[in-house]
Amino acid sequence: MIKVQNLSKTFGEVKAVADVTFEVQPGEIFAFLGPNGAGKTTTIQMLTTLLRPTSGTIAIDGLDPVAKPLEVRKRFGIVFQDPSLDQELTAYENMDLHGVLYHVPRKLRAERIETLLKLFELWDRRTSLVKTFSGGMRRRLEIARGLLHTPKILFLDEPTLGLDPQSRNQLWTHVKHLNETEAVTVFLTTHYMDEADRVAQRVAVIDHGKIVAIGSSAELKAQTGADSLEAAFLKLTGTTIRDEAANSADAMRQMARMWSRGQRR
Amino acid sequence: MNVIFVLWLREVKRYLRSRPQIIASLGQPLLYLLVLGFGLSRVTQISGAANYMQFVAPGVICMGILFTSIFSGIGLLWDRQFGFLKETLVAPVPRLQIMAGRTLGGATIAIIQGTLVLILCMLVGFRPQGFAAIPQAFLFMVLIAIVFAALGTAIGSTLRDMQGFQMIMNFLIMPIFFLSGALFPLTNLPTPLLVATRLDPLSYGVDGLRGAFIGLANIGVAFDVVVLGVLATAFLILGAWAFSRIQV
Repeated sequence: MIKVQNLSKTFGEVKAVADVTFEVQPGEIFAFLGPNGAGKTTTIQMLTTLLRPTSGTIAIDGLDPVAKPLEVRKRFGIVFQDPSLDQELTAYENMDLHGVLYHVPRKLRAERIETLLKLFELWDRRTSLVKTFSGGMRRRLEIARGLLHTPKILFLDEPTLGLDPQSRNQLWTHVKHLNETEAVTVFLTTHYMDEADRVAQRVAVIDHGKIVAIGSSAELKAQTGADSLEAAFLKLTGTTIRDEAANSADAMRQMARMWSRGQRR
Repeated sequence: MNVIFVLWLREVKRYLRSRPQIIASLGQPLLYLLVLGFGLSRVTQISGAANYMQFVAPGVICMGILFTSIFSGIGLLWDRQFGFLKETLVAPVPRLQIMAGRTLGGATIAIIQGTLVLILCMLVGFRPQGFAAIPQAFLFMVLIAIVFAALGTAIGSTLRDMQGFQMIMNFLIMPIFFLSGALFPLTNLPTPLLVATRLDPLSYGVDGLRGAFIGLANIGVAFDVVVLGVLATAFLILGAWAFSRIQV
């Protein structure tokens, strides 16, 4: 379903992704793990037509995201790592707008929005502006929105960041259900190894832009002689802490946070 | 079509919800109108206009439309910052539709804002030459709004941070305003300045709007319509191209 060959992305001097090759089978749940700044998000951005690769080839359902971006976009849904909601709209309006963008018919749209907002316990707040939401609520809304339509491939970029255990449980139960009933292929990244261990059929570990190991959780444990996926991960990637380069968008987001503090009491 | 509509509606909703911003952006045109309109009225005599207030009001309306429409396009920068841009960029919709919805939304807001400035102008004493002026004036307001909303989208698509925005503000928007003839007549100017004013898209908007409102057009209303129409088309194409090239 996803086929990546010798994929590289360079930002100036920095090689964010260096010669990565892997394949994800249809109907598979595939976890892409790595420390901060390892190249996970950059890879997802290239897979989802948001960035053009420096070199290498990608095939999403047999299609090249660079040559046929629109066709590729019809095939996937995504929950982003960082916020992507319109804060000046209400929760319901955000969901509805997404439904229109993804061509979900009006009646079905209303039904699914209600189901999902109830599932993630946001229904009572559906008419509130998103800017009044707490971090956890925003995260839940992003996830509910990402599940509004049923794509062939679902990308989840650290979806559980900042979620409570209840919401995490809801998310993974729902994702597994989608995978089993609708054969949705899932490509996820996370820092919680227990989640990857629980839901993913195969795992790839990426570090410094290169894939260092790939296989089932059991294979990775056997390969490293570790008793948990977390221990295996640490053996593969070392124990030093990584810094992620902040880009201009991050800097601006920080500035906006500073400015908006006054408005939000 | 649906997609264009929801994105248009989003822009309008956001505008209507930010009342403080609406009032704030009326402040600048009002200041120009009152200070220049009353302040210069006694020292300035412009042939063809009863007084300076009559002359400057169409210019101030253009100013309201110019700023609102360009800022709405540059609003892309905020969407990039708050992340909403990504949501629209990965959607299975041609980017042309996304761009069209946004730009038309921005243009609509600018037209509303221009109308508010017009009402303000009339409250402080501006008198159009008659009701017949209204449809023609409205045509120009629409054209100006589309030209600059599209230009704003093109600029917003290429900007990455607020520093760039300052540059645009000082080296593009302010010159466009000051060279447009909004504040002084574009006659008897030194040749270099005359050329600069003729290269300024807003000159044709100010000229056309002034022609409609007080019957004073230096360039010619028909020519103004043609220039603005051509520019609107060109900037829409440019904006669509720039928008389709966006990477996150």
